[in-house]
Amino acid sequence: MHIPSKASDEIRNIVAKYRNYPGAAIPILQEIQNKLGYVSPEFILQVAGLTGLKASELYGITTFYSQFRLEPLGENHIQICHGTACHLAGAERITEALEIETGTECGTTGKDGKFTLEKVACMGCCSLAPVISVNGKIFGKLTPDKAKRLIRRLQKNSREKGGV
Amino acid sequence: MANLKYRIKVALASCSIAAGAEDVFAGLSRELASVGKEEFLLQPTGCLGMCYCEPTVEITTAGGERYIYGYVGAKDVKLLVEQHLLSDKPVDDLLVFSPRGHKEMENYFNKQVRIALKNCGVIQPESIDSYIEAEGYTGIKKALQKPADRIIADLKEAGLRGRGGAGFPTYLKLQLTREAEGKRKYVVCNADEGDPGAFMDRSILESDPHSVIEGMLLCAYAIGAEHGYIYCRAEYPLAVQRLRLAITQAEAYQLLGNNILGSGFNFHIEIREGAGAFVCGEETALLMSIEGRRGMPRFRPPYPAEKGLFNAPTCINNVETLANIPRIISGGPEVFNRYGTETSKGTKVFALAGKINRGGLVEIPMGMTIDELVFHIGGGISTGNDFKAIQTGGPSGGCIPAALKDTPVDYESLTKIGAIIGAGHLCCAISMNSAFTITL
Repeated sequence: MHIPSKASDEIRNIVAKYRNYPGAAIPILQEIQNKLGYVSPEFILQVAGLTGLKASELYGITTFYSQFRLEPLGENHIQICHGTACHLAGAERITEALEIETGTECGTTGKDGKFTLEKVACMGCCSLAPVISVNGKIFGKLTPDKAKRLIRRLQKNSREKGGV
Repeated sequence: MANLKYRIKVALASCSIAAGAEDVFAGLSRELASVGKEEFLLQPTGCLGMCYCEPTVEITTAGGERYIYGYVGAKDVKLLVEQHLLSDKPVDDLLVFSPRGHKEMENYFNKQVRIALKNCGVIQPESIDSYIEAEGYTGIKKALQKPADRIIADLKEAGLRGRGGAGFPTYLKLQLTREAEGKRKYVVCNADEGDPGAFMDRSILESDPHSVIEGMLLCAYAIGAEHGYIYCRAEYPLAVQRLRLAITQAEAYQLLGNNILGSGFNFHIEIREGAGAFVCGEETALLMSIEGRRGMPRFRPPYPAEKGLFNAPTCINNVETLANIPRIISGGPEVFNRYGTETSKGTKVFALAGKINRGGLVEIPMGMTIDELVFHIGGGISTGNDFKAIQTGGPSGGCIPAALKDTPVDYESLTKIGAIIGAGHLCCAISMNSAFTITL
């Protein structure tokens, strides 16, 4: 069995904010993900140790809700909307183009850690379908070509920043 | 401001920001600062609903004439300022609506009745004063002077039914929660708008967050609750941000917190962000999620009105329903029930998407036909092909073939032909194939 190491100060501070807070489990895990980028099994054990909540229950929450990630994100986080309007407007073709251009399978992070591709439910920008979100910014009325150009731009920026 | 000549509004909601509205707003701020005239007032607003031609800029004259520019880019800003504002010559090429001309848009505006969307694209979403100027918070002020059950009586007379899909009478939900045994009661706003194609709730939250807060206040006063939660989905970061700001502002104005407006009535609102689970739009799953658990729907009864959040009586309503409540309480039931059909009163917001010319948000009186909605308001099919079908109600809804286009849009008529209104999303298809893929 894995024995959890001492809880990190960051996690300790987050948990402390939610004392006497009904239904705190989800907000705690959300804040951990916001600050640390993901919720690893290790973090879950730390939260369990500090709150008295069952680790199995916390693990159940992180795997039930699609927002939680058990692994760190790539440098660029791309979410592809698959709502009705985007589906009709060709979300599958956009996904395919993004997969080819980034060399990353949708639902995973590429080996080089540059891109994470994720399929998401409706983002509520249906009139701009098909849309994707790149690091939180929404791009609409995409075509496979536009999507590829967007990726090339991100790759270029990343090289200029001293990456690759 | 007596010498105000033009008011310039730029819609800043998720859709318009994605289309580049922030650059347009920044450009206008710079240009107007360099012009330096006090007779021009630039304001950020929420969504006007004309998503198809975002970014939009609306210029209103002192006399109230509206000029709406569409597809505005940062490069057009200089032209708008120099030509329209400084030389009083509207820029015809960019206009999508003006007091003269644009006959094709008359139906779009004239056939809509905006009650839930009254303030959207009109007021400044990040300013409580702007909401108050538009008669905001008069509903709760009026209600606090009278017995709490007056709210329920007014909603009954108005005939408001839940806008989240099921169409349950709102007054009855309140009455059952009011009558339920329990010291502690809750008001919950379901802002987990998950059905693909529906974005009216996002738009209301981003454009007019105080209406939702006032709606919750009225529910809380009616049932005797002191605590409320807004459960908003994680995919709507701007909505969450504007709600947080609105709550802080309302607290500073003593409209939330303890002893609201000196009445002795207390009400507190907390926001809970969803974590990406479509099923949490279902009310019992949503309540479990607020409790910090996996959101798994349970059988009803007991209904949330008897045993809801933390096992206490809970009144849970969706965003559009809540936004209608302050209008009904401040203006009286007749502002709402003079529209609609015998059993489906009032108006309903629809999100038009798919192969339609004027995709976006519209609010229509219940009972308008599908044909009027798609062609008169939506402007018809965008590809020039024949209109084949519409999909309404999201995953649990149905596909309606063009042959049934004269069906009135109301709860009963759509149910009769095997579809539902749902949350009010309507996706137009030109080929039956694509329409069927989405229902499978």
